[in-house]
Amino acid sequence: MGKTFAEKALARASGQTEVTAGQIVDARPDRILSHDNTAAIYRLFKQLGVDRVQHPERLAVTLDHAVPAPTTQHAQNHAEARRFVEEQGVKHFFEVGRGICHQVLSEEALVLPGQVILGADSHTTHYGWLGAFGAGVGRSEVAALWATGELWLRVPESLKIVLNGKLPFGVTAKDFCLKLIGDLGADGGLYASVEFHGDGIYHLSLESRMVIPNMMAEFGAKNAWLPPDEAVFAYLAERLERRSKRENQSAQDWAAVARRDALYPDADARYVATHVYDASTLEPMIAKPHRVDNVAPLSAVRGTRIQQAFLGTCTNGRLEDLAAACEVLQGKQIARGTRMVVIPASSEVLQEATRRGYISIFLEAGAVIGVPGCGPCMGNHMGIPAPNEVTISSANRNFRGRMGTRDSEIYLASPAVVAASAVAGYIADPREV
Amino acid sequence: MAVTHISGRAWVYGDDVNTDVIFPGKYTYTITNINEFAQHALEDLDPDFARQVQPDDIIVGGRNFGCGSSREQAAVCIKMSGVRVIIAKSFARIFFRNCVNNGVLPIVCPPAVDAIQKWDVVTVDLAAGMVTTPRGVFEFPPLSPSVMAIVDAGGLIPMLRRKLGTEHLPMPELSFGGKD
Repeated sequence: MGKTFAEKALARASGQTEVTAGQIVDARPDRILSHDNTAAIYRLFKQLGVDRVQHPERLAVTLDHAVPAPTTQHAQNHAEARRFVEEQGVKHFFEVGRGICHQVLSEEALVLPGQVILGADSHTTHYGWLGAFGAGVGRSEVAALWATGELWLRVPESLKIVLNGKLPFGVTAKDFCLKLIGDLGADGGLYASVEFHGDGIYHLSLESRMVIPNMMAEFGAKNAWLPPDEAVFAYLAERLERRSKRENQSAQDWAAVARRDALYPDADARYVATHVYDASTLEPMIAKPHRVDNVAPLSAVRGTRIQQAFLGTCTNGRLEDLAAACEVLQGKQIARGTRMVVIPASSEVLQEATRRGYISIFLEAGAVIGVPGCGPCMGNHMGIPAPNEVTISSANRNFRGRMGTRDSEIYLASPAVVAASAVAGYIADPREV
Repeated sequence: MAVTHISGRAWVYGDDVNTDVIFPGKYTYTITNINEFAQHALEDLDPDFARQVQPDDIIVGGRNFGCGSSREQAAVCIKMSGVRVIIAKSFARIFFRNCVNNGVLPIVCPPAVDAIQKWDVVTVDLAAGMVTTPRGVFEFPPLSPSVMAIVDAGGLIPMLRRKLGTEHLPMPELSFGGKD
């Protein structure tokens, strides 16, 4: 019997020749992620009674969740995280403003195909875009990983999603994800390793591919996997070169390692189910309040009044997302009574968006530009809605209270729909504004 | 020290209860003293819960209980409110782990969930793998030995202290020291 991606990745990470779904393994991840919660994890770590992190070079710490600090408490929290990285010699540390952890670690080539990354963040599924095994864990578990370098994991069963063909104009990877989650439910991939197959994946840009494993956190998945191809290796080669200069190592060797260590499931691997989608039949989708699987076609909610449009997050805050929004906004104004908050996913995205003139387009249209980071996604700051207000957002979650206000509503959509809605003042189709 | 029977009143909720409604994200970096967690437990789901919960009460949920954010405070606030068992049709995986790691038992028993009504007194017998309700007795599959080892140790941190041989060291308080 052939092996799935998850079975191969967890066999390697636990030092075994072969493991099977259902088995419990002690995995030693290549990368351990934390963000603003580093301070809280540090406090748990101190409870363990050990002085040193076992493999500080495996850690990656990014301050992103509430940056720059909006309150004294947040500042205190960041200060504690900085004390930790200094004390333990954590070299992969990214200061406030560098960006959202998943975007930054991707840009810095700190996760490679076939590797295992565990993080104290539910969207650690993100790294499936480059063929890595990424899974979210709790804070206590990250403290345990710092102390021991290993953590027990159950090898998940795998679900196969096949995407065939090309998406029509105006339809995005986000729409595909919302369609999938709407069809199968927020627990449709519960506990599973969700593998994406089919030529449809190769037709997507790398930035679009990043959306898919990121959104799989909303599908209940443990991890997700997309096949790493030449486009992925080329992206990594360029960034590994940069990383190698910083770390005084040979880039060429690392690029070779990335290619050599990439893992692909066997043709006769066992899947709990297979679902096939024809990309050409998909249309723009929206997730309505207050559940990500409360999905409807855009046409069904068009005209719903909004007060805030939010473009950003680890799901849809990249350059192509900003470009799609700019295409809609160019030469137009955001509707009176509506505001738009734009938060690039990283400083690199912000820099390139500035160079290409996108930031000017946003400002001329009347939008606000925020510091790269998570922004108002989980209700910390920079765009908290008032009670009874409606936000359309390019994020991944629309749970009640998510953006900080219990009695407000969040609709989730693709970046172009967010921009079109900002211009119209109500949920609108970008192909029509 | 292993507990075998837990008995309490049931608080009943539906499918896909997410961690944002259990412990809102706006508190994740502003409320750091775990003694304050319980007063916000389930805040955006059921404002009565924090006011009226009693030790050993049991939370009953539908499918995918605890979905969303990985925030461990969602499991800790439930623990700090005195709840030791959650019965659901299924659990989101990170929340499941967070419960186990904090000594809260996540029990999967769909027929019991269908039978239990709010305020029913429910008894969970861990050794026998049984949930007793006013409308019947239901079996649930035992938790795996690796999970029970963590629960029996009182959580992941105490278990690791034993494993690392640091049990004798003082356990630092989990807060900024009362200033927050």
